[in-house]
Amino acid sequence: MMDQVVQRKLIQAVAETMIAHAGELTSLDQAIGDGDHGLNMKRGFEGVLADIDSLASQSLPDALKAIGTQLVMKVGGASGPLYGTLLMTLGKGMPADPTLDDIGRCFGAAVDAVKARGKSDIGQKTMLDVLAPAHAELAKGGANLAARISTAAFCAAEATKPMKALRGRASFLGERSIGHMDPGAQSSALMITTVCRVLGG
Amino acid sequence: MANVGIVIVSHSSKVAEGAADMVRQMVGTTVPVAHTGGNPDGGLGTAVDGILTAIDRAWSDAGVAILVDLGGAETNSEMAIEMLPAARQARVVVCNAPVVEGAVMAATESSGGATLDAVKRAAEELMAN
Repeated sequence: MMDQVVQRKLIQAVAETMIAHAGELTSLDQAIGDGDHGLNMKRGFEGVLADIDSLASQSLPDALKAIGTQLVMKVGGASGPLYGTLLMTLGKGMPADPTLDDIGRCFGAAVDAVKARGKSDIGQKTMLDVLAPAHAELAKGGANLAARISTAAFCAAEATKPMKALRGRASFLGERSIGHMDPGAQSSALMITTVCRVLGG
Repeated sequence: MANVGIVIVSHSSKVAEGAADMVRQMVGTTVPVAHTGGNPDGGLGTAVDGILTAIDRAWSDAGVAILVDLGGAETNSEMAIEMLPAARQARVVVCNAPVVEGAVMAATESSGGATLDAVKRAAEELMAN
């Protein structure tokens, strides 16, 4: 089993990061979307924080599935089902005490599930443009892995700025979506860097 | 056999309500119709729990056809279908059709006792023209 203290710290850190960055995510979304991403994520993760005692005491796979379900029910928009699918799929194949290989395999399956849910792929200015490079870095393994994944996620979110949106509300803007960071890419990067900080630090 | 139920999912609760109202006035009350729209804060959006409730309200053993407006409504509807009990999952479909016209066409087809497949096709013919 994953240490319950670590699991609690992890869930709390991710939730607090998303809540703290609600304003930033909302302003990114106001530029190219409908401006509700920050508020929606905040609502979802406030639900997660309210449930933290129960979430911290469950096995890691059960906790991931429960957080996914919370996000599906509370976040709304397209982000609710997308993040919900990510976490629910991550929990589906995860052993209670995963090795690094297990995490890589389950994260890969979760990224594929997000592609299917959003009928999207890499290069379309979405959260996948952060999730996929973070997964690729994780799959490499090796030294200093947490910091390398963090950097990859951070840079990948920045790299969505020059992209033209091909999926979601931002795609209605066409060329005008160029020059803005994708809000979903940024929320994914925040989530990944927080996980890396807690587990790798 | 009961008539196929119709669920209308829009980002706007008013659009969803208005489309459901059109269906009832044009097609009558022999077709179960439910609608959902808006986010929990009263703004624009769609939510999985609202869609699950609407599917339940429009439930028919012949199945349920969902009509959606923009992207998130479709993503949330597909998510809602996956969260249904396994026995119900295969009897709910999302139609690739304009929400208002599709709902009226689907309900018209359903009122004649058509199968779920035929109801979906009737709504989707709008896209083929």
